[in-house]
Amino acid sequence: MTDNKHLLLYSIPQLLRWRVKSTPKRPALREKDFGIWNTYTWQDYYDYVRKTALGLRAIGLGKGSTIALISDNIPELLFTAIGAHSIGAVSAGIYQTSMPHEIAQILQSLKATAVFCDNQEQVDKVLDVRDQIPNVKKVIFEDPRGMREYMSDDWFVNIRDLYKLGDQEHEKNPGLFESLVDQGKPDDVCHLCLTSGTTGLPKGTMLTHKNYINMGIQLTEVDQLEPTDEYVSFLPFAWIGEQMNSFGVAMATGITLNFPESVETAMSDLKEIGPHFMFGAPRIYETIRSQIWLKIDQSYWFNKLLYNYFIKVGIKAAHYRMRGKSMPIGLKIKSWLGKQIIFRPLVNQIGFLRLRRAYTGGAALGPELFTFYQAIGVNLKQIYGQTEIVGIAYMHRDGDIRPETVGKPLPGTQCKISEIGEILSKSDSVTPGYFELPEKSAELLEGGWLHSGDAGFIDEHGHLVVIDRISDVMHNKKGEMFSPMFLENALKFSPYIKEAVIYGNKEDFVACLINVDPVVVGKWAEDRGISFTTYMDLSGKPEVAKLIMQEVLDVNSRAEKEHFKIKRFALLYKLLDVDDGELTKTGKIRRKYVQERYQNLYEALYDASVDKKEVEASFQYQDGQSTTVKTSISFYTVKGV
Amino acid sequence: MAQLTISDVTLSFGGLKALSDVNMTIEPGLITSIIGPNGAGKTSMLNCISGFYHPTRGDIFYKDKKLTHASPHEVSNMGIARAFQNLELFSGLSVLDNLLLARHQNLKYGFLEAVVFYGKASRIEAENRAYVEDIIDFMELEPYRKSLVGNLSYGVQKKVEVARAMTLAPDILLLDEPMAGMNQEEKEDIVRFVMDIQKERQITVVLVEHDLGVVMDISDRIYVLDFGELIGSGTPEEVAGNPKVIEAYIGEG
Repeated sequence: MTDNKHLLLYSIPQLLRWRVKSTPKRPALREKDFGIWNTYTWQDYYDYVRKTALGLRAIGLGKGSTIALISDNIPELLFTAIGAHSIGAVSAGIYQTSMPHEIAQILQSLKATAVFCDNQEQVDKVLDVRDQIPNVKKVIFEDPRGMREYMSDDWFVNIRDLYKLGDQEHEKNPGLFESLVDQGKPDDVCHLCLTSGTTGLPKGTMLTHKNYINMGIQLTEVDQLEPTDEYVSFLPFAWIGEQMNSFGVAMATGITLNFPESVETAMSDLKEIGPHFMFGAPRIYETIRSQIWLKIDQSYWFNKLLYNYFIKVGIKAAHYRMRGKSMPIGLKIKSWLGKQIIFRPLVNQIGFLRLRRAYTGGAALGPELFTFYQAIGVNLKQIYGQTEIVGIAYMHRDGDIRPETVGKPLPGTQCKISEIGEILSKSDSVTPGYFELPEKSAELLEGGWLHSGDAGFIDEHGHLVVIDRISDVMHNKKGEMFSPMFLENALKFSPYIKEAVIYGNKEDFVACLINVDPVVVGKWAEDRGISFTTYMDLSGKPEVAKLIMQEVLDVNSRAEKEHFKIKRFALLYKLLDVDDGELTKTGKIRRKYVQERYQNLYEALYDASVDKKEVEASFQYQDGQSTTVKTSISFYTVKGV
Repeated sequence: MAQLTISDVTLSFGGLKALSDVNMTIEPGLITSIIGPNGAGKTSMLNCISGFYHPTRGDIFYKDKKLTHASPHEVSNMGIARAFQNLELFSGLSVLDNLLLARHQNLKYGFLEAVVFYGKASRIEAENRAYVEDIIDFMELEPYRKSLVGNLSYGVQKKVEVARAMTLAPDILLLDEPMAGMNQEEKEDIVRFVMDIQKERQITVVLVEHDLGVVMDISDRIYVLDFGELIGSGTPEEVAGNPKVIEAYIGEG
């Protein structure tokens, strides 16, 4: 749709106003509350943004102010963000799982003058570090639950009072809001998005109205979206993957955003809405597949029989469909039958029946997962991009899905591979730089190209292939290159393996630490009468090690090069966890940290004489207490390497 | 004026005295705890208040109404609700149905109106659902709304039990060991709910609990029973310093 280009001339609030003029009564947002889906039309949306904007102005925000958002996804979060944009202020997202000291650091480095929190949990964290954040003048909260003791302190503002302030301002000066919105320009910075921070402290990426809207337009030029389409907003708002939808795609296309009742109910609310498209990190798709496998496994024999037969048919058909080729008539009929008999009901159970496209990004996903989802009738596609280019710059096209690639650039995006093999991009969605980090910004945008930090190449079909982070590519002692992430993904395709950490930099061979999947392996053990208590106990079972050994042998047999083969492994006694700092908030491994933390295991992996080692494992509970447990961990050598 | 007055209550089963001459006053809007070793008569006391037992001697007043011989449903209609120590839920029904069922006394429409289900009947049903949804939100039970109670973990079932009592819109909530059998995290959760029930909903809470740490932390007033007799009462500090109480808990040194 080329007539969308005029949208680039608007700021986000101006585009919202445009939507109100064309479709005031259409649902813009929907939130489940008290068991009922409540609708906000575009008109309501705009009214609330006005109330919030003028309210924020009344409490002292304006051009140059920054308001940080620490909240689950609720309509009020968008009201506050776009309200801030309307008066020339900037919003910034912070992950809800952040610890108080992290919040303090981020608030200070982004120079935030106000904070929006959804509930007491977040308010308490901000309160904890109040003395470290002198710039923060007001804390706005949505849910008054548990806030009774704070109400005497005028540092806190109930969002309802903010609305009232806004209404009063509007009565006094009815033209004020419109004139403020008019002042916005598409090239103004509107949001600071934290980069996921695989390295060091997160940086605030400055993004403009145009960055977001352009991304929305580019995306819909490839995959058309209708204004009647539904989207379920359940990713953390601080992640670019969510903002690109609420700021970019929703504004550019007029789709409806649906907010789940709570984080815990997101998956069942998704089922109720039946979205037309969705985004997710690979973990979501991995989890859903594990659940499907588990449910099928627990189902009765006839269902299993049907599933096992038709999944093979589906996978065959998927190979044709992904390449956009027409399939033989026999396969076509069988795959149609499979769809009607088993896959449609199955997909309906997870709420994917109306789904036209599912996108995965943020990290790599095993090729077999694409085939799996395509086989059951879910059009899963890979996207690729960075926060600095509003999330998506490359994407698979329908009928041209090559799991090993991340697809072709979006229309309007240019791609180049630098001399050292780095992926460079250029488009209207590229950030003007990092907030108050001119040196880093210059590095990032050197020569007018966005430097991704990823190594990659363009294959013979014109698809971009991402190898790994340039800094993460490893070389063994002989200097042969390999990508740890690639091998980890190969391992993680096994339903029994949840997480894997590959070692081998400047070593003779590749070795790894493996996390078994507690649910799937737990069920496997139960079925075989192997009793276990904790995750540690389960991981230590010799039977489990035998099972994983098979999986590793399987991965080795498919290794493309001899030096990719895994020679030794150990089963880790605890799951790698975000709270322990082993994973980033988007689920990537923090390699350096993991290496330091499990240094003793690493040494044993490369000492062939060790087959058992006593270790002290320290755990941190959710309430902050930690305990130490002694356990012995076994090391296994894989045959034939 | 005290909301609930217990005066000289004695409860005997044959020769066994479960309670002897116990006096208590429950003040409105506070958390009052009843503690004591096993078999001290704590649950008997709650049973007397909620009408399951009737005192052999003595009287119980709710404001100025006498409820010594009132039956359980009369007591609950007056605004005294109870959450049981041993869960008294319908395990084959969903959480939502359990809570809606607890509102049955508010369903004041007849058979024919129910058949037609228009006007009054549907309005009342909608009101009740809204009320129940408010409690579900308050107790954070959204993920379990449609789950069968029997399939839920013990900690969640306990929460449902408290929620069920809350749906009766009580003035006084009697909680019988709401934290028994819970892990630390679940306990902290329930404590937060109990405090919110008192502070945000202005409901008087009478708590019977074994976890002394919790009791000392959140109670405004404590009564200590031992072998059916009241051996101490007062603020948490007063009770903690009472030698009789220490003796009852630790035994003679």
